[in-house]
Amino acid sequence: MADKPKVAFYWCASCGGCEEAVVDLAEDILKVVEAVDIALWPVALDFKLKDVQAWEPGEVTVAFINGAVRLSEQEKWVKLLREKCPLVVAFGSCSHLGGIPGLANDKTRQQILANKYLRAPTVDNPNGTLPQPETEIDGYELELPVFYKRANALDQVIDVDYYLPGCAPPPDLIMGAVQAILKGELPPKGSVLAPEKSLCDSCPRKDSKPDKLSIEKFKRLATSIPDPEECFLAQGYLCMGPATRSGCGERCINGNMPCRGCFGPPPGTLDQGAKMLSTICSVGEAETAEAAAAYADSLDDPLGTFYRFSLPVSVLGHSRRKEE
Amino acid sequence: MAEGQFEPRIVGFLCQWCSYTGADLAGTSRTEYPPNVTSIRVMCSGRVDPTFVIKALAEGADGVLIAGCHPGDCHYQVGNYKAMRRYPMLLNLLDQFGIERERVRLEWVSASEGNLFAEVVKEFTETVRALGPLNWDAKAPAEVVAG
Repeated sequence: MADKPKVAFYWCASCGGCEEAVVDLAEDILKVVEAVDIALWPVALDFKLKDVQAWEPGEVTVAFINGAVRLSEQEKWVKLLREKCPLVVAFGSCSHLGGIPGLANDKTRQQILANKYLRAPTVDNPNGTLPQPETEIDGYELELPVFYKRANALDQVIDVDYYLPGCAPPPDLIMGAVQAILKGELPPKGSVLAPEKSLCDSCPRKDSKPDKLSIEKFKRLATSIPDPEECFLAQGYLCMGPATRSGCGERCINGNMPCRGCFGPPPGTLDQGAKMLSTICSVGEAETAEAAAAYADSLDDPLGTFYRFSLPVSVLGHSRRKEE
Repeated sequence: MAEGQFEPRIVGFLCQWCSYTGADLAGTSRTEYPPNVTSIRVMCSGRVDPTFVIKALAEGADGVLIAGCHPGDCHYQVGNYKAMRRYPMLLNLLDQFGIERERVRLEWVSASEGNLFAEVVKEFTETVRALGPLNWDAKAPAEVVAG
């Protein structure tokens, strides 16, 4: 009887939610565990770097890697897994698009380190100590990973075979992907393992979306409660649905929360944030420059809102001005 | 062009019916104006996806000009209103990226306003010249390594 295929899970700049997603398979996890052997899963199993280094190439069929790549340690691990595994799947928004850690990409490394280690109100750091890649203390040489200039999506560091989108990917998408891999029934390399349409297409509220959407003024979740049945945009709440790929099962919508865009853009979109900015302005009602400016100024943080998950893979989000 | 002076590269998205025609009029009238704008004809200023502006800035433009029909005169009725609405929000977004909002300009130029087009280009070129090169480092690889 053939050995069960082996899979690996690894995490980079990650919140652990993608690990949770695997656990959330609940009873379905038994189907997974029956079908595969897990050869690496730092959150749950005690395999070490040397165990991975000892794998024969191809011994472990697929590596599911989540989290953005921001540290030299993470780069080292993902390159090792790429070398050892025939298939690498970018698991979750952070490895697919850069994700939440990617929101720091509009700041410089200096600003981030200063905020964290020097300026934060609860930090007491009179000598202004910052983490260094190499430090000598009491005659010992200590090493820390290098903190990179920006957060990277996984495919900005290694070649990626497939993407499982979502923050976190929903259980049915994960099961579908695992089964497709086991059966060898995968779409062309580079595919995102989710439908090709935008969220609006599968949204339970789509019948209440008017043909001509018109937003006079944004409604804020902080100051009002959305109607539980009507299209969010029709109510004036900013919903990323039009610029977001479908496939999540609309869990947020069903929780009466507008979409935040975690599945990334539908296919063929270069820049999710710019597209959503375009849409949200097209459906505004302003007919004078002043009204247009007021509409724009009423949205505090276009960058954080429109690029919440996708800044590192956006046009302006993966590079900077040369001064840095 | 003075020796050694910074010459801004400006990409101009001009709508077919008004501003591109106005630019043509500046040309046929032999009006002199700086050569710094590379014109791209679009059917309507409402066609200008913010991605175009962003991509232009990321790939070497120091400034971007969008020109369309005066409000009320759009060949497609409401296209220029879409441009009008996108513009301030796009500038707010560029602020957050550390790109000076003065590098992107929206102007209304009709088909008969050849001189206005020339004036806009003259003035905008000087504005961008004063700001200096944008120097967006998009050609660099992902720059994974910190350095």
